[in-house]
Amino acid sequence: MREIRQHIIIALVEDKPGVLNRIASKWRQRGFNIESLAVGHSETAGLSRMTFVVDANTDAEQVVKQLDKLVDVVEIRDISDENVVSRELALIKVKAAAENRSLIIEIVNIFRAEIIDVGPESLIVEVTGPDDKIDAMFDLLKDYGVVEIVRTGRVALLRGVASSTPGLHELAEEPFERYPEGETPYSSE
Amino acid sequence: MELTGAQMICECLVREEVEYIFGLPGGSTLPFYDMLPQYPQLKHILVRHEQVAAHAADGYARASGKVGVCCATSGPGATNLVTGIANAWLDSVPMVALTGEVVTGLIGRDGFQEADITGITLPVTKHNYLALDAADLPRMIREAFYIAATGRPGPVLIDIPRDVFQQKTEFVYPEKLELRGYRPVSHPDHEHIDRAAELINESKQPLILAGHGVIISQAYDELRELAEKGNIPVITTLLGISSFPGSHRLCLGMPGMHGMYWNNMAISECDLLIAIGMRFDDRVTGRLRDFAPGAKVIHIDIDPAEIGKNVRPTVALEGDAKAILKELNDQVESREREDWLAHLDELRREHPSITIRDTAKLLPQYVIKTIYDASKGDCSVVTGVGQHQMWSAQFMWFDKPNSLFTAGGLGPMGFEVPAAIGVQVARPGELVWSICGDGSFQMTLQDLITVTINDLPIKFAIINNRHLGMVRQWQHLFYHDNLVATPLKNPDFVKIAEAYDILGIRVTDKHMVESAVYRAMEHPGPVLIDFQVEEHENLWPMVPPGAALQETMDLPKYEEERVVAQA
Repeated sequence: MREIRQHIIIALVEDKPGVLNRIASKWRQRGFNIESLAVGHSETAGLSRMTFVVDANTDAEQVVKQLDKLVDVVEIRDISDENVVSRELALIKVKAAAENRSLIIEIVNIFRAEIIDVGPESLIVEVTGPDDKIDAMFDLLKDYGVVEIVRTGRVALLRGVASSTPGLHELAEEPFERYPEGETPYSSE
Repeated sequence: MELTGAQMICECLVREEVEYIFGLPGGSTLPFYDMLPQYPQLKHILVRHEQVAAHAADGYARASGKVGVCCATSGPGATNLVTGIANAWLDSVPMVALTGEVVTGLIGRDGFQEADITGITLPVTKHNYLALDAADLPRMIREAFYIAATGRPGPVLIDIPRDVFQQKTEFVYPEKLELRGYRPVSHPDHEHIDRAAELINESKQPLILAGHGVIISQAYDELRELAEKGNIPVITTLLGISSFPGSHRLCLGMPGMHGMYWNNMAISECDLLIAIGMRFDDRVTGRLRDFAPGAKVIHIDIDPAEIGKNVRPTVALEGDAKAILKELNDQVESREREDWLAHLDELRREHPSITIRDTAKLLPQYVIKTIYDASKGDCSVVTGVGQHQMWSAQFMWFDKPNSLFTAGGLGPMGFEVPAAIGVQVARPGELVWSICGDGSFQMTLQDLITVTINDLPIKFAIINNRHLGMVRQWQHLFYHDNLVATPLKNPDFVKIAEAYDILGIRVTDKHMVESAVYRAMEHPGPVLIDFQVEEHENLWPMVPPGAALQETMDLPKYEEERVVAQA
């Protein structure tokens, strides 16, 4: 096992009101801080995919198991140990007086970032990449005066053809019997 | 067919074969109550406090094997259920709680009697729902019962606004459940079972730790087969009591904080622990670091999140205890294990943790043992929370499966009256003893009226030591006997019984115990006996909080020390 810096956890969840609260509540109960969280629609209607990033010291195994018990969590997996690509997007508003402008543009070009808004005294830069790239760019731009930065949080997928959440398709087709083995599993006699 | 939300709920409850609803009406649930007379198969048992509704549904569920149903109105009604829901959550009891809610237009606007009950119960339910459209109700109810009863059972809450009860819409009963995120039961791979069997066959000093999961999965026969085949002694956790016959030569009783000394030593000496349907609660393990230091661990549990939560097992078997034990037993070889059994016998002889002192005083242990002996074990026993609960667990060695009903995980005082109501409703004709603490009893005694009105012949035995006894014991041991807020000035319990039209008996002397117990058993209706026991009797053995099982303070040794200290 590689030494991991952070846990990246991917979950496929029902797109319903209150689901985020249920999930956040499990993290809160154990006192864990989420470093970043990104949510959006998945390829399946009615399901959202979430990417959590949490500190490496977190007992991720236990939280993943607890989250997996939530009815609204269809699948969840810690992919920190696996071959993943992960990206994050940031918008950085930076002060850009005339004398600095070309220097900033140079940095933007080196980072293959983009300037998406130009004002008389500021620029907004859009940068995408692994989080350390965004950190590096932020550090460089700090010298010119960063007004504000907003980050999406990381999103991640497994490399290759495998789905990050492979169980979904087999599950969706499995019909549910009323009670397994035809009885309530809980009886006194 | 167009139905109102309230009608749909009734239709669905009937389809779930619900017989009893424990509840108390209020403004938001009125449309539902308005409908009940049309569904006589749904019998409503009116309580006087919603906590009682939840605990009664809990007791009913444990005793009947069915999902318990409780019902409360919005706001305070719903919040009063919370203790009972949390208890069902920690003790894995299948329950569906129906709560009224303010009309949809008022939700989130601090309407009268509004409480965000789905938010409040989020951490103590398996799942919960807020119904915003009556058309969703049939699916929600069907899912709720399925989720509550399957896998590791637990409570599910459905919150229903008043206008949704009244909303009329097409009634479509879902024939199929679609819960793509809910996988209640898995089954371990053969290799894991092979490995577990290997560990058992190799072990010289194995122990079984049987928990509530054995009872939930009804794995009584399978557990017994495993124990007898391998001559493996069985320790039962508080909620595992009555999963294995108490009089069986291999039954060792309860471990942990107030478990038998010999069990805590056995756990510390064994080379293999076979934990079945239990979760290594801190009251069982003592200081985790020193728990079962020489043991490999096989952990059988239906809840994957329990595996490795407190104790990391050598082999984990995730799934239903009954199914797993069936498969496992085929591979377990017969063994005599004479040395190990002889060693445990010796431990037991040397440290007879639960003997009752020979004294003319009225001891609580004596009362509890007399009750059990007089009933010849042919009864169901419900307890509250406190010393009396632990003494019941120590002195009643149940042979009958699933016959002790006690609140283990949450430890809510006031469980004994409501849960006894639920147990007696589920088991009409059964002798039901409710062992009460004088403090615990007073938390829910108002529902004695529910006992009377519903002709429930429950026998209440108040172990009255005029103290919050367990807390007093901790103050005595760990806070220099500084008894703050634990001595109780109690009401006249016999008069209270009489006020509720219940036969009240007062027992102040040892020689009165037996006759009072027999009189209670012969009386056709409910009885309350006020046993005025020794005030300062302590509960032994005890593992001090935070200590290891090896540091168990045993009864005779400690008592000697105390006498020496006083002299």
